[in-house]
Amino acid sequence: MRVTVRLFARLRDLAGSGELVRDVATPATVETVWRSLVAEMPDLHVYERTMSVAVNADYAKMSAKVNDGDEVAFLPPVSGG
Amino acid sequence: MDQNERPGSVATRGVPLVAVTADPLDLLALTQELAASASADGAVTSFAGLVRNHNQGRRVSYLEYEAYEPLAVRALNLIIEESRALWPTARLGVHHRIGRLEIGDASIIIVAASPHRGEAFAACRYMIERVKQIVPIWKHEHFEGGDVWLEGATADPADEAARETARRIACA
Repeated sequence: MRVTVRLFARLRDLAGSGELVRDVATPATVETVWRSLVAEMPDLHVYERTMSVAVNADYAKMSAKVNDGDEVAFLPPVSGG
Repeated sequence: MDQNERPGSVATRGVPLVAVTADPLDLLALTQELAASASADGAVTSFAGLVRNHNQGRRVSYLEYEAYEPLAVRALNLIIEESRALWPTARLGVHHRIGRLEIGDASIIIVAASPHRGEAFAACRYMIERVKQIVPIWKHEHFEGGDVWLEGATADPADEAARETARRIACA
């Protein structure tokens, strides 16, 4: 199945793109998607303990199930305001 | 002449209570939007966050704000719901700006209206504290000599301790 990966702020800079389309094996979780991304771009792994994740623009856990066509976002610690 | 075009009238209709926008923020318009339905309210408080010319010893040139917009709007609405549970009589509006902001520009405006001042001050303060905790927006600071992404809190809306910290600050 195919998912859209969204990356923001410094994660986006590290990956060189804010939006990637990736094929992942079924069944998949957010963690599955993250692992394959880190395998491809090892620099991203520094965010593993501090980032938040979202599925289809809603906060989620690493264990959340991911379905075909979903948008999975990885978010560095926030600094709005 | 259409009533909306009357000289001196201010068209506040259509000002959303929650927005993430690249346009300059208008505190007066948001205040009027909340005040327009405020005949039972005796208090309106507001907060504006501005781009500062210094940060952690660096001379800031300008900031670029980035957002995950749909989730940012969702998180702002979630904070309004949290606030309503804490201060049921307070009504809130919040606009966050994104894109390039110069020194002195408003990056966020918050307005709270309530029958009495206590709830309005508390809800306003709670909103800015929670924005810094859970809203997916990031500052890219450009300073003399370089640039850096600022990183604060790991966003977790379910984190009770963070919510309680914001509530305590709001009630201090």
